[in-house]
Amino acid sequence: MSKEIEVIQDPGVPAHKLRQTDIDPKAADRAERQVAILFLLSALSTVLFIYSYFFISTETFIFIPLMGEQNAHQLFLGLGLAFSLLFIGLGAVHWAKTLMPDNEVIAHRHEFRSPDSDREEFVKTAKEGAAAAGLGRRSLIKRSMGLALGLVGLSPIFLLRDLGPTPGDDLKKTSWKAGTRLVTDPGDRPIKPEDLEIGAVAQTLPELPAGKDHRPLSDIGKDAVLLIRLRPEEFNLDAERLSWTYQGIIAFSKICSHMGCAVALYEQQTKHLLCPCHQSTFDVTRAAKVIFGPAARPLPQLAITVDEEGYLVAQAPFSEPVGPSFWERSA
Amino acid sequence: MSARERIAGNVANYVDERTGAAAWMKKNLNKVFPDHWSFMLGEIALYSFVILLLSGTFLTFWFDPSMREVVYEGSYAPLKGLEMSAAYASTLNISFEVRGGLLMRQIHHWAALIFMAAIVVHLLRVFFTGAFRKPREFNWIIGIGLLTLGIVEGFLGYSLPDDLLSGTGIRIAEAIIQALPLVGSYLAFFAFGGAFPGEAFIPRIYTVHILLLPGIFLALITVHLMLVWYQKHTQYPGPGRTEKNVVGYPLLPIYMAKAGGFFFIVFGVTALLGAVASINPIWLYGPYTPGQISAGSQPDWYMGWLDGLVRMSPPIEPVIFGYTLSLNILIPGLIIPGILFTGMALYPFIEQWITGDKREHHLLDRPRNAPNRTALGAMSLTFMLIALINGGNDIIATNFHLSINQIMWFSRIGIIVLPPIAFIVTKRLCLSLQRADRDLVLHGRETGRLVMMPSGEFVEVHEPISPEKAWLLTQHEQSAPLELEEKDARGVRRPGLLKSKVRKRFAVAHAEQVAKPTVADLKEIEHH
Repeated sequence: MSKEIEVIQDPGVPAHKLRQTDIDPKAADRAERQVAILFLLSALSTVLFIYSYFFISTETFIFIPLMGEQNAHQLFLGLGLAFSLLFIGLGAVHWAKTLMPDNEVIAHRHEFRSPDSDREEFVKTAKEGAAAAGLGRRSLIKRSMGLALGLVGLSPIFLLRDLGPTPGDDLKKTSWKAGTRLVTDPGDRPIKPEDLEIGAVAQTLPELPAGKDHRPLSDIGKDAVLLIRLRPEEFNLDAERLSWTYQGIIAFSKICSHMGCAVALYEQQTKHLLCPCHQSTFDVTRAAKVIFGPAARPLPQLAITVDEEGYLVAQAPFSEPVGPSFWERSA
Repeated sequence: MSARERIAGNVANYVDERTGAAAWMKKNLNKVFPDHWSFMLGEIALYSFVILLLSGTFLTFWFDPSMREVVYEGSYAPLKGLEMSAAYASTLNISFEVRGGLLMRQIHHWAALIFMAAIVVHLLRVFFTGAFRKPREFNWIIGIGLLTLGIVEGFLGYSLPDDLLSGTGIRIAEAIIQALPLVGSYLAFFAFGGAFPGEAFIPRIYTVHILLLPGIFLALITVHLMLVWYQKHTQYPGPGRTEKNVVGYPLLPIYMAKAGGFFFIVFGVTALLGAVASINPIWLYGPYTPGQISAGSQPDWYMGWLDGLVRMSPPIEPVIFGYTLSLNILIPGLIIPGILFTGMALYPFIEQWITGDKREHHLLDRPRNAPNRTALGAMSLTFMLIALINGGNDIIATNFHLSINQIMWFSRIGIIVLPPIAFIVTKRLCLSLQRADRDLVLHGRETGRLVMMPSGEFVEVHEPISPEKAWLLTQHEQSAPLELEEKDARGVRRPGLLKSKVRKRFAVAHAEQVAKPTVADLKEIEHH
């Protein structure tokens, strides 16, 4: 409908406007000098770069307002490089804008679709090629080739199999066993209940078995445990969970049940544990029940007691897998 | 003929006799490129990529991609004697011992942020101006591929130093893999060569980061640019610009000088940032250990929206037939991003289906003249922005003394409520702007000059706008929504009625517009 209505006319590409540098040779000379100055500034900056590289010690610090103490070597090296590049760019653009011809040019477009004759020719050639290969007639070749090509694609998948072992029950186990002492991290000192004041938090790991002096990070990633001491009457636990605490000391896996970050922020006033990654919040008094955020499960609680020497030990291994969820977790 | 001309001639002759390049060069050295500031966004992305290749190669000379434990003996006193991975120790070495090493690390990181920002803004430009329409759908899909790979490449890159912050990021990535139904724990063990973190992961992602992905990038960028070259650049509407031409500057010399100069400017600005703006000071974070964390853990900005989605997820983790399904991870971490990116990649085809328009388009749309598309873009942006804000909810909470729980609830509700509002508001705004354009063409520009009429009445003098401006405001095509017949010529209902009803609704919404002024309208005004 709108096609019959007369639309406003296209006035065409506006006439080219001459620049000051196109009419006035003096302005052009001035522009040339400006471009040259920019290029010279770049050259000077490279000299600064080389000078900084060799003659400013990496130990020199200088005070720059707003930025504070800065390493002079790094700063001047960087400034030298930055300005040597920047001035080349500014020079080139200024040159282009003031001195190079800026007449707008009109080029024509053509539709991408090939002419019908070409398309027919193409289809014919493709069909002839297929016919010459006998794809249509020799279905035995076609099918067996399909099978071969389909199967050969499987090989790389098999080759990737040895990237790692199968998980087995690795995700479900930790190093904690009945009687394993809790030791400080760092320091590896066993802990007595009286070492912890009320309100205190301690990061612990299972004591290394005799003869070992090194923990792989993959063990720490499952074994890290947080000890928190409250007044016993502050707990709001069922009898079983209460029996897992010792004199107000409660132990949780430090590995977040959401995505495995270390749950390291403890708010003493509210007795909340907060994971800094996704802000899941756990209530210590209620066995780390999730009270906010995306985590769906409480932090697993480690049952603790003391051994005959009075040091804190695990009563039993964790009763459930620690860390983030996985498909077979509850199987 | 001067000596210089003779040498140049000889070289050209030598090359041409062996390649026949002259014919191609003759045609392409004068290739016309339309000029507009927004066409430089893709250039910034391209140049940042070159900077990344250069600075990255430098870093590989000293970086040791190994998780073998070493004791740090370098010059940074606070970490002396600490056990750490060789990857972290060598990154400290690059930062403190190698001259220019810290500068290059910072240039590399800044270039990565600029690369991603340029890609995103370039994508928005292409989307809002309709540059993805036929014949450029392939390039749109390649662009989405580059964006996706860029996010992965950036994540792998900042994970390499194995510091406490990036190690936490890897831990989260591992949890996402582990959450996959059925195969999750197996894939995680394969990827990490055993239990997290193991000793295999960093060497593996190093190969992916410096070889596999850059190779794919190089290939995709080459195709992307070849298509731009071959299909010729789109242009903004204006006097003399049509679907059948390109108005702009020739490649030689002016465009070459401008684009080449711009490369140096981008490199210079990145180097300036690397010189004065500290980024990712890994020595402050310490080496990674799974039992520790730094407060305010934040990914780089292009991952922030993903983290924000994960943070706002409700705690749903059903156990089905004895198997755990971590929907609180899968939905925000994989399903929503999957839908977003698939939808984005398919958008050109969806719009084509709605409009039924199968013609080539080389003139860009002014966003107001495509209200539905612009509104959809604003809606998606709002969604992403809320996710991004929530990704920084802890930082916002501490800096503005707000409750983190309230920010989280704002995001949870806002991400559902605000995008549709953004859609409606943007669509109305576009239609209002169309109306304003119409008024401007019909009634002219307000001059601010008041005159008193003989009757004593004051009126403001309006001046007609220039023919160029009038053309710009009316050049766009306004077509009626796609007509879909419910019945065929013999009165039989067509199959797929529901599909065509849906399509019709979309088509009507898409074609909503304010009629542009015509010559007849102008004449009628003159009569008054």
